[in-house]
Amino acid sequence: MPDYSWPPMEKRRVLGKATKRLDGPMKSTGRAKYASDFTQKDLLFGALVTSPHAHARVTSVDTSEAEKMPGVTAVRVIASAGTELMWAGQEVASVAANSEEAAKDATRKVKVQYEVLPHLVREDDLAKAGARAKSAGEQVKGDPDKAFQEADATIEGRYGIPVITHCCLEPHGNVIEWKGDHIEFRPSTQNVSGIGGDLSNSIKIPASNIHVNMQYVGGGFGSKFATDLWGLEAARLSKASGGRPVKLFLDRATELMIGGNRPSGFANIKVAGKKDGTITAWQSESWSTGGIGGGGSPPIPYVFDIPNQRKNHTAVATNCGGVRAWRAPNHQQACYLTNTVLEDLAAKLNLDPLEVFDKNLGLTPRAEVYRSQLKKGAELIDWQKLWHPRGKSDSGPVKRGLGLAISTWGGGGHNSQCRTNIHPDGTVEVELCSQDLGTGTRTVITMVAAETLGLPLGAITLKIGDSALPPSGPSGGSTTVGGVSSSTRKSTVNALDKLFEAVASSLGAPADQLEAVDGRIQVKGNSAKSLTWKAACQKLGVNKISEMGENNQRNPGGLNSSGVGGVQMADVSVDTETGIVKINKAVAVQDMGLVVNPKTAESQIHGGCIMGICAALYEERVMDQQTGKMLNADMEFYKLAGIGDIGEIIVHLDITPDHDKRGVVGLGEPAAIALITAIANATANAIGVRVPEVPLTPDRVLAALERRNA
Amino acid sequence: MRGVGISTTGALGSGLLETAADAAPAGNVAGPGAVPVTLKINGKPFNLNIEPRVTLIDALRNNLDHTGAKKVCDRATCGACTVIMDGKVVYSCTVLAIEAQGKDIQTIEGISQNGKLHPVSAAFVNHDAQQCGYCTPGFVMATKGFLDKHPNPTLEEAEKGLGGNLCRCGTYVGMKKAVLEAAKEMKGGRNA
Repeated sequence: MPDYSWPPMEKRRVLGKATKRLDGPMKSTGRAKYASDFTQKDLLFGALVTSPHAHARVTSVDTSEAEKMPGVTAVRVIASAGTELMWAGQEVASVAANSEEAAKDATRKVKVQYEVLPHLVREDDLAKAGARAKSAGEQVKGDPDKAFQEADATIEGRYGIPVITHCCLEPHGNVIEWKGDHIEFRPSTQNVSGIGGDLSNSIKIPASNIHVNMQYVGGGFGSKFATDLWGLEAARLSKASGGRPVKLFLDRATELMIGGNRPSGFANIKVAGKKDGTITAWQSESWSTGGIGGGGSPPIPYVFDIPNQRKNHTAVATNCGGVRAWRAPNHQQACYLTNTVLEDLAAKLNLDPLEVFDKNLGLTPRAEVYRSQLKKGAELIDWQKLWHPRGKSDSGPVKRGLGLAISTWGGGGHNSQCRTNIHPDGTVEVELCSQDLGTGTRTVITMVAAETLGLPLGAITLKIGDSALPPSGPSGGSTTVGGVSSSTRKSTVNALDKLFEAVASSLGAPADQLEAVDGRIQVKGNSAKSLTWKAACQKLGVNKISEMGENNQRNPGGLNSSGVGGVQMADVSVDTETGIVKINKAVAVQDMGLVVNPKTAESQIHGGCIMGICAALYEERVMDQQTGKMLNADMEFYKLAGIGDIGEIIVHLDITPDHDKRGVVGLGEPAAIALITAIANATANAIGVRVPEVPLTPDRVLAALERRNA
Repeated sequence: MRGVGISTTGALGSGLLETAADAAPAGNVAGPGAVPVTLKINGKPFNLNIEPRVTLIDALRNNLDHTGAKKVCDRATCGACTVIMDGKVVYSCTVLAIEAQGKDIQTIEGISQNGKLHPVSAAFVNHDAQQCGYCTPGFVMATKGFLDKHPNPTLEEAEKGLGGNLCRCGTYVGMKKAVLEAAKEMKGGRNA
């Protein structure tokens, strides 16, 4: 059994060294080709007719005029008469035409008549949800009644975190060419290995006849795993147009309406504690919506397993586009609904939340990790100097405050297979059907291969993003880096062992006494007895080495693992005259395993923090109950943070031998959870009153101040 | 709009006409069918036959295979479609191709010469100022356009200068460093 274990920290030449992302130059010169960039001579453009109503029945669809439009090659009805449409933006018909303009013109000529039905698009007021609300039933733990009776203090309030949308800059879509019995599929996806099978299930073409290729994806964040209806339609439009390729991508408004969203989380919460800050009881009535199917039940209380609990969650079915996984599903909501209330309890007890959190770490699964993280975070944000009791800020109109929140995530490594080819001319190919979402996956795989083979990064040719390659899991749940680094490690170790066997006699030593160092194969510890990489490979004669390596999610063999904690803190200034919240500084202390590339790891955490700022201050899907429409299905009013909105962000990578021993642990989601809540807590600390719902827009901040002054 | 945060980015009401008279056709009416259009892109002329309503971003992407600039918001908010026209940074999604005739259009495809990265592109790589990369070409062009006019910016000026572009993955930390590094490099005459 070969030894696949990671080399010891002190012996690593490539792993753990800050490395520039290898596809950086392709992206920063505009040469990287995304699915939406694909062009060819006979390309057709697809477009969708979508429902303007939140809830309606189609009574008739007339495509005759659209079919006669110049340049139109196909018009298809998706929702025929009688179909009940459950949200605005739902697909009704599709067209393909010679140009983007002609396709859009044709969609306007498809005549659809609707019988409008009653809708519900807002869930913030549970009393108005009526039969759309489904309760999961009460869960009780310990003796909450007794604990509340015996409490020194209780805090009670309503808290809310809204639906936000993925707003991927590259919208959902694909280019599909269905010629004869073969399909060429170019999706924008997080799931190159699996998406062909998904399409195959729907259109009855053998999966083996579907070739998927995608080299770059312009953002997914959990929303791009399946073929989706627009994928099926692109395929059918292509077939109906004689096999010409069809490019069908959602326009921005449709992307924001149906391209995915994070469920909301609202709750009436009551928490009890003792004078010394010990948390004793939790009670919550929570609710959320993820669209017509409901969805989203946040795991509250989050991280702290409070001994006495009474809770119930209600799912509200709304006539809105459906939920999709969003970076750290359910955790942002759970973190917000828990950490805000604990901060409020601390304020009521006149205690520092840092002490209250620390005091209750025994209720968490990793007290020591959090304890050291709280300490480090406090040091980096200067907590001792800058924190003040709630509301005791400067006397001017601009109030400064600090806040914190803690988080957790799983991770692990998905199933992944990798093939390494070593050719007699010395060239090396590493092949696996993974995808690089911008997380640095290409760079990580190449670094692992270079480390194992003792070669520079440039000596490795990496092939990903093609369904002809060995399969690798979808990129979700922060499982990619664990999966691909482990399969690559095994595959490259296996290939190198074969090379050792081939050159052992030339070096006069058994294969297991050889090592690959600095572009040479040598007898262990004896560089005098060595061959250059190229000379060693020439010993292969005419046959290349081709060896597989596999990561099994259930049995990662110590190469990867799951389960991390993190602490994030915020320092904000709030203008109490305008209600504007400004970020001065954010601190992220993240526990992780073996860090393959600190440079892209840090970028991941920066990204998680910046998304936290977006969701804390700007992002919200605004639905109008009167019309059933999304009011901000664009990027002027569906706001994201700009470069001037983020303040200073400090990342502390918690790299220690103890953490390193756990192997590789994914990092995308854990870093994207806590900052929303830390900012909300910092704002409460600054202005002396809780703004109960995020985003902390000026009107909400001013309304909270007004209530305080009333 | 109530319930929407105040950030430092984004245009409001772009493309709205002040009066109905502004919408009236001028003397020379082109279209609505395809008309010949010549665009000078990165110093080279390209002849097209397109409808007058085709935007510059669509002409670049759909007709000329210049796909570095991306179409994202399609209404002058996010800057993914940024190109430089007669030295000025513009959103190519809100410029008609026919209007861009006779102008000197610079795109991301034209700024790196002879296989050598433009200092702005290089700085974006050095500081990992990109993740998925979809906003990157727009940011690189916006940075170049900004630095061409403000060769010695402070960080605050750079933040204002790039306030017309948006990134979803959250790459602004690296971007701040990249802009300042690129400014130094470009002043060093390496972009002459």
